[in-house]
Amino acid sequence: MPDGAPETPALGRRLKIVRRAAWALILVTTMAAAGFAGWKTFAPAKPPTARQVGEALIKTQFNLTDHYGRAVKEKDFRGQWQLVFFGYTFCPDVCPTTLSVMARALDLLGDDAAKVAPLFITVDPGRDTPEVLAEFVGAFHPRIVGLTGTQEQIKAAAKSFRIYVGRVDKPDVPGGYLMGHSGYMYLMTPEGTYDAVFSENRNPPEDIAAAIKKRLTKERSGR
Amino acid sequence: MKLILAIVTVFFCTVAAAGGASADAPSIAVEKPWARASILKSRPGAAYLTIRNTGDEPDRLLKVTSPAAGTVMIHESKLANGVAQMLAHGGLDIAPGAEVTFRPGGLHFMLMDLRKRLHEGETLMLNLRFEKAGDINVTMPVLGLGATGPK
Ligand SMILES: [Cu+2]
Repeated sequence: MPDGAPETPALGRRLKIVRRAAWALILVTTMAAAGFAGWKTFAPAKPPTARQVGEALIKTQFNLTDHYGRAVKEKDFRGQWQLVFFGYTFCPDVCPTTLSVMARALDLLGDDAAKVAPLFITVDPGRDTPEVLAEFVGAFHPRIVGLTGTQEQIKAAAKSFRIYVGRVDKPDVPGGYLMGHSGYMYLMTPEGTYDAVFSENRNPPEDIAAAIKKRLTKERSGR
Repeated sequence: MKLILAIVTVFFCTVAAAGGASADAPSIAVEKPWARASILKSRPGAAYLTIRNTGDEPDRLLKVTSPAAGTVMIHESKLANGVAQMLAHGGLDIAPGAEVTFRPGGLHFMLMDLRKRLHEGETLMLNLRFEKAGDINVTMPVLGLGATGPK
């Protein structure tokens, strides 16, 4: 602010800044509180912090519906490595970014991509129908499988992955709410046990593809 | 025709952005704008760009609007303890010399209540209102749903 500015406007501006800061704080606090409330309602395990997570407890286990409308279970993906991401189609920023990282990793794998089942599980089953998921995952990669289900089925699936799912009510958003969700991609073994975790902001697709390639090579040489 | 209009608009907004609102006002430059295609009309869209304050006074982004959306929010995706959330900013301070980059996984303009689905290949217009630099109109290309940066 320039020196010697008239006192009243300067004060007014300062007050405005204070007011704005207060509003911003309220917003963030409200969202945090809403997130916390959502978390308690859904009552999943603690949000996983990559390495501290009870990794042995994480397993691929679900009864869901794929984006073709078929009922699928974890055993439908046994024998394939699974790259699993929980998200939702109302998330225009992190979710498309993660899915495009996933898609790029699949492309980098070439023929080996056939040994990986890329799964996108919605945390917003009320709005993400198989039809919506078909359009969404199809925009990224023909091999990505979109999975939805009832609230109960999604809750159970999230629990088996020790995934955080929280609803944040926001009246200014169309539909009135957003979901907080795990930002991680989990790499699961062909037996459906936990093997590694990736995130779009820390792991470029090259890293993810290389990590999977390494495991496939090991697998081929009989471990 | 649409394309010509878009080019003309890009030209003007570049000039407006580079020149600043007036001689004394801090200069705000808006660069590399792009938007991401939306999946359906009922799903929000996202837009990204870089704001540079080339002047020597702080400025503040107050409000963003678009003819294509009911509401445009300044959002920031944060990954904390593995939980992805979006925080809403009431505005954004741009310090002199600062460069603020909106990019996937971080700051983004969240386009709510889209009037129509954003298709790849179309253009999107945003109006950025700054406290000192005033209004800056930005026209940007709509890239694919899987795009992760400007072309
Ligand atoms: Cu957002």
